[in-house]
Amino acid sequence: MPGTDVQRTIDAVWRIESAKLIAALARLVRDVGLAEDLAQDALVAALEQWASAGLPDNPGAWLMAVAKRRAMDHFRRQERLDRKVAELGREFETAGTYDDGLDDAIDDDIGDDLLRLIFTACHPVLSTQARVALTLRLLGGLTTEEIARGFLVAESTVAQRIVRAKRTLAAKRVRFELPERAERAERLDSVLEVIYLIFNEGYSATRGDHWMRPALCEDALRLGRILAGLSPDEPEVHGLVALMEIQASRLRARTDETGAPVLLLDQNRALWDRLLINRGLAALQRAESLVDRRGPYTLQAAIAACHARAPSPEETDWIRIAALYAALMQAAPSPVVELNRAVALGMAFGPQTGLDLVDELMAEPTLAKYHLLPSVRGDLLVKLGRHEEAQREFRRAAELAGNERERALLADRTVAAGERASAP
Amino acid sequence: MRVMVFVKASPDSEAGVMPGEEELAAMMKYNEELVKAGVMLAGDGLHPSSKGARVHFSGDSRTVVDGPFTETKELVAGYWLWQVSSMDEAIEWLRRCPNPHGKEGIVEIRPVFEPEDFGDALTPEIHEQWQRMEAQQGS
Repeated sequence: MPGTDVQRTIDAVWRIESAKLIAALARLVRDVGLAEDLAQDALVAALEQWASAGLPDNPGAWLMAVAKRRAMDHFRRQERLDRKVAELGREFETAGTYDDGLDDAIDDDIGDDLLRLIFTACHPVLSTQARVALTLRLLGGLTTEEIARGFLVAESTVAQRIVRAKRTLAAKRVRFELPERAERAERLDSVLEVIYLIFNEGYSATRGDHWMRPALCEDALRLGRILAGLSPDEPEVHGLVALMEIQASRLRARTDETGAPVLLLDQNRALWDRLLINRGLAALQRAESLVDRRGPYTLQAAIAACHARAPSPEETDWIRIAALYAALMQAAPSPVVELNRAVALGMAFGPQTGLDLVDELMAEPTLAKYHLLPSVRGDLLVKLGRHEEAQREFRRAAELAGNERERALLADRTVAAGERASAP
Repeated sequence: MRVMVFVKASPDSEAGVMPGEEELAAMMKYNEELVKAGVMLAGDGLHPSSKGARVHFSGDSRTVVDGPFTETKELVAGYWLWQVSSMDEAIEWLRRCPNPHGKEGIVEIRPVFEPEDFGDALTPEIHEQWQRMEAQQGS
């Protein structure tokens, strides 16, 4: 095999196997950082050997066998020929080489190992940024370079974040285990938050001149689906997956040919991905069947589903959406949710109803710099024929927007409102 | 990216030989792995071509031909739709697939067209029709 082919194949193998590999190793060595180092070592060995010897029949098991051998070497070097080595040795001997027996042994526990890995990577002792980087690295199989590209930061920054995160986990003696029942809900929230954050970073880039980075959305969706497979009885996991599937269904419709953003109601619905919508609706149904009181992700998915089901903007069930936002305000109150509810109220019961609520939100300090507040207010004012005020709102929104594309869109609307204001 | 993976027919699949319990279990396990990895979007097995039909097109005329069809290797016996990061990843997944026929067989991977590949052919009229159709599907 020529060198580049081996590299590409190994990249593919890594993408498929790395999370399982790291998870299984972390259980053996009780240290996520060390587990990743061992897995990386095995990867380097693979690169050297597969180039000449060709690909083994079971690359995952091959990597695991090499990594375990490295683990033993590591502990020997540490002169800690203790229980751990005995344990590893025993497993290694009974497993023999990288045959199917070992593979089965890994498979039995792999689900729990992966869950442990997700919960560890998203541990609340870590900063959100660290959790995101570590999760993409350990579970998504992404390189630091890919993560850096996704989040538009320097590769060294990402590398540093990961190193520091691993050090924090070790220093705080975070155990590689599933959270106790009492803690579980909170820890799961942290996991879901990280996955959704990754998705959103791809869905509407907070910075830079690109509106979306679809690869990040795909990574997040993949993580969400993995989590759903591992914890089938958690309604909010399915709720999050449903939300992401439905939102991802619109990826292609969210920009025009020039890359400028297209708002939901202006989108060409033929470009919405029906397969993802149907998957999303199925996941939503699953979430709703598991629980009486819907959680925040499930409620947001239910809202997204209302749009997905509507053949045209005019046929959208805005009354239902407004009701779902009201429920969301109960489940997870926030000024942003209230702003969205104002939009829905405006659509369901007329712009003045929406504007009344937006006006209440004008005093909300957390929204003071949020560009969508003046943007929404501008929309409602346009509908009420108050173009001059609308122009001021769009101008302010454009000033506050962090994304170049979004800023351009708002600037256009400022001009449009201005033209209408001065029209006879 | 999405890829369609076609399991080509074999003399057995065309003869309607059903997989045994062991083969079925292995395939289910594989499918489960695909699902858990977030890779599998859809997939099904197909009945032999003896239960199928073809419509031949020639200008404005249409001729219906019932199965079975002879060129076994060119027929499709099953498919998956996968979401993967690259063709390399798809190939790597496929390498892990249990041999669908137990003997000789071919499975083919093809990237799926994205709507933007159609460019201007996706007119507003087609868009409108598409919406109506989907509304009727009641999804």
